[in-house]
Amino acid sequence: MTDLPTHTDRKLGLVIDLDTCVGCHACVVACKGWNTENYGAPLGDADAYGADPVGAFLNRVHTFEIQPDDAPAQIVHFPKSCLHCDDAPCVTVCPTGASYKRSEDGIVLVNESTCIGCGLCAWACPYGAREQDPVEKVMKKCTLCVDRIYNEALPEIDRTPACVRTCPAGARHFGDLSDPESDVSQLVEERGGFDLMPEQGTRPVNKYLPPRPRDEIDVLAPFLAPVDDGPKGFLGWLDRTLDRIG
Amino acid sequence: MKDGHDIDYDPAPGDRVAKTTCYMCACRCGIDVHLKDGEVAYIEGNRDHPVNRGVLCAKGSAGIMQHLSPARLRAPLRRTGPRGSGQFEEISWEEALSEVTERLAAIRKFGPEKLAFFTGRDQSQSFTGFWAQAFGTPNYAAHGGFCSVNMAAAGITTMGGAFWEFGQPDWERTELFMLFGVAEDHDSNPIKMGLGRLKERGVKVIGVNPIRTGYNAIADEWVGITPGTDGLFILSLVHCLLRAGKIDLDYLARFTDAPVLVNEDAASDDLGLLLRTEDDRHMVIDRRTGKPAPFDAEGILPDLGGKLRRRGTTHRSVFQMIAGRYLAKEYAPEIVGPQVGIEPERIHAIAAELAHAAFDKSFEIAQPWTDFRGERHETMRGRPVSFHAMRGISAHSNGFQTCRALHLLQILLGSVEVPGGFRFKPPYPKPARAHPKPHAKCEPGEPLDGPHLGFVHGPDDLCLREDGSPARIDKAFTWENPLSAHGLMHMLISNAHAGDPYEIDTLFLYMANMAWNSSMNTSGVMAMLTDTNEHGDYVIPNIIYSDAYSSEMVAFADIVLPDTTYLERYDCISLLDRPICEADAVADAIRWPVVEPDRDVRAFQSVLVDLGARLGLPGFVEEDGSPRYADYADYMMNHERRPGVGPLAGWRLGPNGISHGRGLPNGAQLDEYIRHGGFWHAPIPEEARFYKPWNRAYQDWAVETGLFDAPCPYLFSLWSEPLRRFQLAAEGIGTRQPPDHLRARIRATHDPLPIWYPPMEDGHADPVEFPLHALTQRPMAMYHSWGGQNAWLRQIHGMNPLYVPTKWWVGCGFAEGDWARLRSVHGEITVPVAHMAALNEDTVWTWNAIGKRRGAWALGDDAPEGKEGFLLNHLIHELLPPRGDGLRWTNSDPITGQAAWFDLRVAIEKVPASEASHPRLRPQESPVGCGPADVTQKVGR
Repeated sequence: MTDLPTHTDRKLGLVIDLDTCVGCHACVVACKGWNTENYGAPLGDADAYGADPVGAFLNRVHTFEIQPDDAPAQIVHFPKSCLHCDDAPCVTVCPTGASYKRSEDGIVLVNESTCIGCGLCAWACPYGAREQDPVEKVMKKCTLCVDRIYNEALPEIDRTPACVRTCPAGARHFGDLSDPESDVSQLVEERGGFDLMPEQGTRPVNKYLPPRPRDEIDVLAPFLAPVDDGPKGFLGWLDRTLDRIG
Repeated sequence: MKDGHDIDYDPAPGDRVAKTTCYMCACRCGIDVHLKDGEVAYIEGNRDHPVNRGVLCAKGSAGIMQHLSPARLRAPLRRTGPRGSGQFEEISWEEALSEVTERLAAIRKFGPEKLAFFTGRDQSQSFTGFWAQAFGTPNYAAHGGFCSVNMAAAGITTMGGAFWEFGQPDWERTELFMLFGVAEDHDSNPIKMGLGRLKERGVKVIGVNPIRTGYNAIADEWVGITPGTDGLFILSLVHCLLRAGKIDLDYLARFTDAPVLVNEDAASDDLGLLLRTEDDRHMVIDRRTGKPAPFDAEGILPDLGGKLRRRGTTHRSVFQMIAGRYLAKEYAPEIVGPQVGIEPERIHAIAAELAHAAFDKSFEIAQPWTDFRGERHETMRGRPVSFHAMRGISAHSNGFQTCRALHLLQILLGSVEVPGGFRFKPPYPKPARAHPKPHAKCEPGEPLDGPHLGFVHGPDDLCLREDGSPARIDKAFTWENPLSAHGLMHMLISNAHAGDPYEIDTLFLYMANMAWNSSMNTSGVMAMLTDTNEHGDYVIPNIIYSDAYSSEMVAFADIVLPDTTYLERYDCISLLDRPICEADAVADAIRWPVVEPDRDVRAFQSVLVDLGARLGLPGFVEEDGSPRYADYADYMMNHERRPGVGPLAGWRLGPNGISHGRGLPNGAQLDEYIRHGGFWHAPIPEEARFYKPWNRAYQDWAVETGLFDAPCPYLFSLWSEPLRRFQLAAEGIGTRQPPDHLRARIRATHDPLPIWYPPMEDGHADPVEFPLHALTQRPMAMYHSWGGQNAWLRQIHGMNPLYVPTKWWVGCGFAEGDWARLRSVHGEITVPVAHMAALNEDTVWTWNAIGKRRGAWALGDDAPEGKEGFLLNHLIHELLPPRGDGLRWTNSDPITGQAAWFDLRVAIEKVPASEASHPRLRPQESPVGCGPADVTQKVGR
């Protein structure tokens, strides 16, 4: 079994804003595009044009419906990828050491050359964030675009995960969650960012920002009072008002 | 960062980056295409591009799989089997073009109208229209008639522009944003970016849509309105605002026709027309003198309460008409609420919020400007409330008036072209009068007498033949739908098959999947395309089709001209067409071949250039008959629409070197575009950024830039005189008279002020027998039928259940995995169902164009798209049910001809689970086979 580092220098991760995510899947496909071309084996698609296409994706958007008692039903889009947990059960369960968590930045990776495709990590992950590649049969997971964030071949502004760079609504944020002054930590602080399934004890690095309350009428808006009743009254008001502004 | 493992931390995305324009939908974002050894390795958004500023949607990011799609056509095809079978032989381009040229030349010589040339989601309409005009057929249009012509036509006739490419909310300054009938598209990335920005600023978003997905899912407040009633809801908001005096009187007086005088003499032939000076300028009362004056006279203050009796005829201001109309009790929330499915208190509350944002949160920008009357203003006043709307309100038979109602609301709030409100993007604002009128006069061997599409201003502008019959095959610009500014593509095949108003010889289509998701009544259309006469000949004799992919329509063509993918071609995103400008900047863009095709295919526009030359069309040949343009790229650089104005505005040649906007053609222009990231972009001067229709600085800048040739300030038209002219004709006034069977309908619907009437289908489909509304929405990760061939995108949306609201889910006893039969007055389908609570209680819906015909798009025979996937289109007829009068009544808006997709009413019942959706149509053979089993995409192995 594989050990986790006792300490990571940084905790790089994502902060995902569920108030803003429109569920467009841009992050899903940008991730697929970058990570099929880079890091390890391509992300395969089996039966790609057939009855049951099954491809490896490192990030997927799920959609849930919420039905409050006193308000209309709501839809929440929920993007999900590896949360780079501090207590990552997918790492400790790995029989070959292929899964590991980096002490320098906390990213959880799979070394494909030593992965035997046993699937234990996918079984251990409570979030379902790991997928076995249907063609290569190695384990695939979010790398936090480790080959982008330090990439000196990219302009500095692009050294961010592909999903963050592409998100049209700006619902995805990347940064160091161990630094309380970082933008992402500040966002978590301001918006009440939360851990996904904290009861699992995995201590995920990624955080989610909750949807703001919906369907609340703005109580500050004053109700409209009629200027006068009936069309004649209205035209009287019009005349008086025009005299004033004219 | 190094962890001791063998990780390449610095992979270059490619060895070369090519910046071009996306075509995975109509949004036209800038993309960086990273190439490795000449192959496409990765596509991401172009950070410098004005449309998307670096971001990119799912479709755009999946462009690589579209470019490599197994459904790409490989060579010209000639049909060998019966139409619809998909049986073809490959032929050479020379054979294909000779055959097409021979046929088209004969048509042009004897009757150019026998060619119907229609393009689908074409982004080169200024070019394809130019070609059709040179050919001489009146029968040209693109897909606007079944998309959103109501939105475009209502916007242009009311205020000189509409939403999307015409304008945008002032995302940075608005304090309240209201979204009507927008699914998840139109336009894709800019709306998402704008919503994200509003969320960041804590600005409230109200979503009005029967379905709470996508943008409506993140709306702070959702109004799950009854489909087809938006207009009534909006007019109730207008009622509340008027009643409370929460309207911008100063704005209305200065910038709209609200003070213009209307003839109100019931005995006058000009009843309801606007009073004009002898030189055709609208008249107002000047509040400063109490005397009549032309609206644009220097120094006047138009009076909203003006009255005038002249030569025995009384006139009152438009504003008084508006007050009289909308203060009426019938628009009170208490009356309207039950009809639209919204509690009256909520309508009151939303009206109050609109007023609060517009007036209590008003602000001023310290930017002096001078209006068209010569008056200088020290500041620009903000009315920070904005709106966006699209097909949800447009695709109804009352859509034109509903869109007008929305613009009336915006204008009463004074929130158009002001800070914080809705802002036009060049070349808009541009009033209907500045657009061409439609032309349809054709002569054998001659070009058409002018552009096909445009705006009519009264009965005299209709496209009728001498006997009063429609001049166009789609009956656009006729009494049935006078303001059909985009044509009626959805009536093309039906009318051609019926020989109504006349028979045609050849249907020439580009990128329009008319045998499938782009037609109402899909099964019926397929039957029309294959129908034969008593001699065994096809009723529609010839079909030429160009597409890049093996779509459903391909199977019905006699000759197929294979197009390239979007990464293999030149295109111009032109100011003459559907531009990509922003409210603060003018811009245009190109596509260029970042990779060469590996198949025997040609860009359709270059093929048209070639055909134009072969046919000797004016504009396509030199005086000696030799081709004027080598290809489309040559046309893009060297064509001049007006002297100094061509398809591309950037990097032209001026007297002192490079000039932008106006200038002579520049042979190095495309190189400059490529060097500058594929687009041209120039800021609008600060002083000219708001109040554009009335701002001298903007008008002068627009002339200088070549958008128009002379300043054309104008007033917003709350009172539609063109509609009133049609109404007058229907009342029996004037020499050009409608047929009697249309009089009542024109009188009722062509009201010069926005009105609401129930969707036409409600008059045919008994609401008790068909109690549900049925809608489609386009998913954000798919564009029409295109996405289905994309190995990545089809894993996101490969299946489309019918979503059923709780009331009906429980009422019908549905459970997961169940199937339903859905019936309309026209037909029935059997489909899988799924429960959805965040839905108007009487509305069912599904995703648009996920269902495919088996054999199309290189998908496997058992692919879910062809098995469980389905189209609602089978339930929607292009005609309304027969009324026993022998006439064919289109299922369209009676003003614009917009296809009324969303009027659909259905009944639902539970049926035993089925293996596949019904109707289950015969498969087509695939000219390209089926895609490979596995895909492992990586070019840099």
